[in-house]
Amino acid sequence: MMQEGLDDGPDFLSEEDRGPRAVNVDLQTDATLQVDISDALSERDKVKFTVHTKSTLPNFKQNEFSVVRQHEEFIWLHDSFVENEEYAGYIIPPAPPRPDFDASREKLQKLGEGEGSMTKEEFTKMKQELEAEYLAIFKKTVAMHEVFLCRVAAHPVLRKDLNFHVFLEYNQDLSVRGKNKKEKLEDFFKNVVKSADGVLVAGVKDVDDFFEHEKTFLLEYHNRVKDASAKSDRMIRSHKNAADDINRIASSLYTLGTQDSTDLCKFFLKVSELFEKTRKIEARVAADEDLKLADLLKYYLRESQAAKDLLYRRSRALVDYENANKALDKARAKNRDVLQAETSQQLCCHKFEKISESAKQELIDFKTRRVAAFRKNLVELAELELKHAKVGTSTVELLRENPLRSCYSQIRRSESGQTFSASITSRLSDRHVVSQTAAGKAAVASSCLCMI
Amino acid sequence: MDDPLIEPISSQTENKPAGEVVSEPSDDFVDLTNNVSVTTESAVAEIPLDEPSDDFVDILGSETEAQREEVVVADVTVEAAVAKSEVTSVVTESPGDGKTESNAEEEAQETSTAPIIDLSGDLLASDTQQPPVSDKITNPLVDLLSDDSPAPAVDAKKPSGPPQKSLFGEPDEDLFGEPLGAISKKTVSKEQKENKTAEPADIFTEEAVTTTPSMSNTSTVNSKTNGVHSEEDADIFSEATVELSLDSPQNERKNEVTAKPSASAPTSLSAAASLAKPQSAALEEEEAELEDKFDILVSYFYYQISTTLPLFRNKTFTVRRRFSDFLGLYEKLSEKHGPNGFIVPPPPEKSILGMTKVKVGKEDSSSADFVERRRGALERYLQRVVNHPSLIQDPDVREFLEREELPRAVSTQALSGAGFLKMINKATDAVSKMTIKMNESDVWFEEKLQEVESADQQFRKLHALVESLVVHRKELSLNTASFAKSTAMLGSAEDNTALSRALSQLAEVEDKMEQLHQDQAANDTFSFAELIADYIRLLGAVRGSFDHRMKVWQRWQDAQAMLQKKRETEAKLLWANKPDKLQLAKEEIAEWEAKVTQYERDFERVSATVRKEVVRFEKEKTKNFKKQIIKYLESLLQSQQQLIKYWEAFLPEAKAIA
Repeated sequence: MMQEGLDDGPDFLSEEDRGPRAVNVDLQTDATLQVDISDALSERDKVKFTVHTKSTLPNFKQNEFSVVRQHEEFIWLHDSFVENEEYAGYIIPPAPPRPDFDASREKLQKLGEGEGSMTKEEFTKMKQELEAEYLAIFKKTVAMHEVFLCRVAAHPVLRKDLNFHVFLEYNQDLSVRGKNKKEKLEDFFKNVVKSADGVLVAGVKDVDDFFEHEKTFLLEYHNRVKDASAKSDRMIRSHKNAADDINRIASSLYTLGTQDSTDLCKFFLKVSELFEKTRKIEARVAADEDLKLADLLKYYLRESQAAKDLLYRRSRALVDYENANKALDKARAKNRDVLQAETSQQLCCHKFEKISESAKQELIDFKTRRVAAFRKNLVELAELELKHAKVGTSTVELLRENPLRSCYSQIRRSESGQTFSASITSRLSDRHVVSQTAAGKAAVASSCLCMI
Repeated sequence: MDDPLIEPISSQTENKPAGEVVSEPSDDFVDLTNNVSVTTESAVAEIPLDEPSDDFVDILGSETEAQREEVVVADVTVEAAVAKSEVTSVVTESPGDGKTESNAEEEAQETSTAPIIDLSGDLLASDTQQPPVSDKITNPLVDLLSDDSPAPAVDAKKPSGPPQKSLFGEPDEDLFGEPLGAISKKTVSKEQKENKTAEPADIFTEEAVTTTPSMSNTSTVNSKTNGVHSEEDADIFSEATVELSLDSPQNERKNEVTAKPSASAPTSLSAAASLAKPQSAALEEEEAELEDKFDILVSYFYYQISTTLPLFRNKTFTVRRRFSDFLGLYEKLSEKHGPNGFIVPPPPEKSILGMTKVKVGKEDSSSADFVERRRGALERYLQRVVNHPSLIQDPDVREFLEREELPRAVSTQALSGAGFLKMINKATDAVSKMTIKMNESDVWFEEKLQEVESADQQFRKLHALVESLVVHRKELSLNTASFAKSTAMLGSAEDNTALSRALSQLAEVEDKMEQLHQDQAANDTFSFAELIADYIRLLGAVRGSFDHRMKVWQRWQDAQAMLQKKRETEAKLLWANKPDKLQLAKEEIAEWEAKVTQYERDFERVSATVRKEVVRFEKEKTKNFKKQIIKYLESLLQSQQQLIKYWEAFLPEAKAIA
């Protein structure tokens, strides 16, 4: 069904662990339409997603089928939702972000160039690291796209959309093209108008308390989430940097340790091992924070934007409705085109009410979804952090208890003639007793003795 | 020993302990040390005995207001006071002393007090007091003491023999000329400590209790070994110093830590000289303020060094040194001992940039960091010197640790004439290093040199990496802080109450994590990066000793070549049959033969020293690294445990989101 990846496109998702799915939205699963991305392939500058659908709905020809889709087609689907007047009253699921492997690819390339300047171990290590990073980004991209589809599939109205069905079923290229310059310019103007309107809308007091409240909340919330998301990104990036440093320290210690076979070198090797482990843990912590925290925030950044858009559309409709009312009044006063004005007023009224009604439901849904997603992710985050911290403690402790001690005893043998100052040992052993059992305490104390 | 010296010394010692003790945390020690000093000089002793207690009482009473005059008064009263009763009373007070922190220490104090009381009784009876001496010391000491007891006073003074005489010539005069100033100074410095941190004080007290009584004894031991130079004694002695100094560094460090804050209140140059005494008269906090007021031009940092060593008569004492003094000490030591193949521990480099930064922006955290780093490095440098069995016996070291005022070290300035000369010397050294091709006869040296060089390279790399880790961690800490802030904001914006609360909890967790990261960065710096930096410097010193060995070898080779030449000329002369010149040539040959044997012996000696030193260095290195890295790992472990605690506290909050 598709060509093999041309270059560095290993078939990531066919692996067993298929990454976290739909992490950011809590969706009710519905047997009638299930969509997932079963496979993805990275080619030079694009990613091909295999969208797999399972459905009992009558308007599909088969019950189960797959198609290959690219990022642009997802965007097309999203835009078609946005442009459809019918869906003005719904929060359109936010479009997935563009896959961005440039940074990762660049790093890989640089690594290839710098191959001569480092030792083989370093090179393999770096390569593994970069590949892991690449894989993480890849998985994330896939997950984002999948979330979008799942959201649509779970939406009571959007799931019936024709375009969506075409997207899922039509097994040829949809031949959507990227937007050309003119369209981009139009988009830009639209955005300008929208943001100007947004300001206007924000200034207008809503008659409905619910919407007034939602409006202030969303405006505030969006900004906060934006801020938090940016900050979390930065935090995670520096965490990753620190992990990288630890990694390099580990390899440097390793080289130190392999210089000869003295006791100290063995010690260095052990410490290097420990650093390596610490690195892994730190990297995992960073990755998990990325997945559970940063992605969550990012998703809700986009989702709150979508909700804001909904509010904006509603306000637009409201303004239209008011204008229509005014026009009707005017027409009645002048007694001209009353019928026409009436119909338009009714249309506007109907539209506004429809939007208001669905919007209310949508916003309430949004809130429950949000709370549930935050809960899930925060709990998972805390659990993962705990897990990693515990692993970290145990590695340090393990190393301290066993290998280091054997090192000490070696020293002790070599320095058996020496005596130790009692005060220092007692002080040190105080420090050592951090979380030890009584037996462990004795062992640690003796190890301290050997240390001196 | 000359009589004139004895008196001043004794008085000095009296004064010193008195002052120190007073300032020291717990009152009892005051008495202790006083007692000690008393014991050293039997005749003069009685007065000091009284002195301490009174002195101490007075100072305690005046507490912060212990101006110079008052101290003087205290002195006077001291002489009038009756010793014993007060001593005991003070001792009894000691347990109630609030400053003792840990039980163990308290116990130590209490137990120690008992011997003290005994002591005071003993003191008057005889000069020798051994009871509380620490085990290691006691054994040799007791033996020695038995010998010494007949003439204890004399012996006690012996330590101040040749080297100390020179050391004390000036200080003594000073002390006597302006005893008040000196005394008050001491009290001030000590009081600083007391005020600054309770903990060091505790350690001090412990130390004082256990070791002070033995002081006079040990000093006699030292004097003996110094004078006699018998190998065995020297060995024992060096062992003893090493071990005790193991303690002393601890104290030193603690004290220096305490000293640091005071040191960080810099004085302007002029103030440093002229204000020294008035300043010292003021009490610690006042002093800081005073100095703040005076200093418009912040120029120097003073480092306060407290030493506790059996080698010195006063057990513990404090001096103030500038950074350049440390450099000066190094210069002296490396000149003296470097050529003999000793690895002279190098002090941290001058850092004009760092220092300027500190001087310009006092409040900056990075400058505080710099000061702390340098302080730590200097401290470890001193510890290494003091732990070195040969260097500790150098009079310059003692002078550095003991003497009140040091002549300014001029040769350490980078741009001075001496500095220029040094640079030229270095350049010629480098050239000769390149030109000398030594066909190494000893594989061991060859291997070691290679090892040292590759280790140096690796350490440099590692150091850069650790530094970058520190930078990234600091960055992480900053970013975590800002994330915590925005999470808190997000929490406040959230309209679901449970979620909002969870988010603000998360913000709190992140806040704590920020602190954790920060601490971890500090740990990275102080227990890891600094350790490596130290060893980069030390490896340079090791290389230096290799170079010195090479130079000696070169000298030997040159001499041999010369001898060869002389022999050839002799042969020529013999052939040419010129008996008059032949005689001269023969004399020259004899001279050069002697030189060659001399140089060869030198080379062998230096080789042996280098070898011994390198072995010692490696042993120290192994110990040191293990200790430090373990410490570092402990910190890692602790932060992980903290992390667990934080997240465990957070988990229920997250689960409570409904």
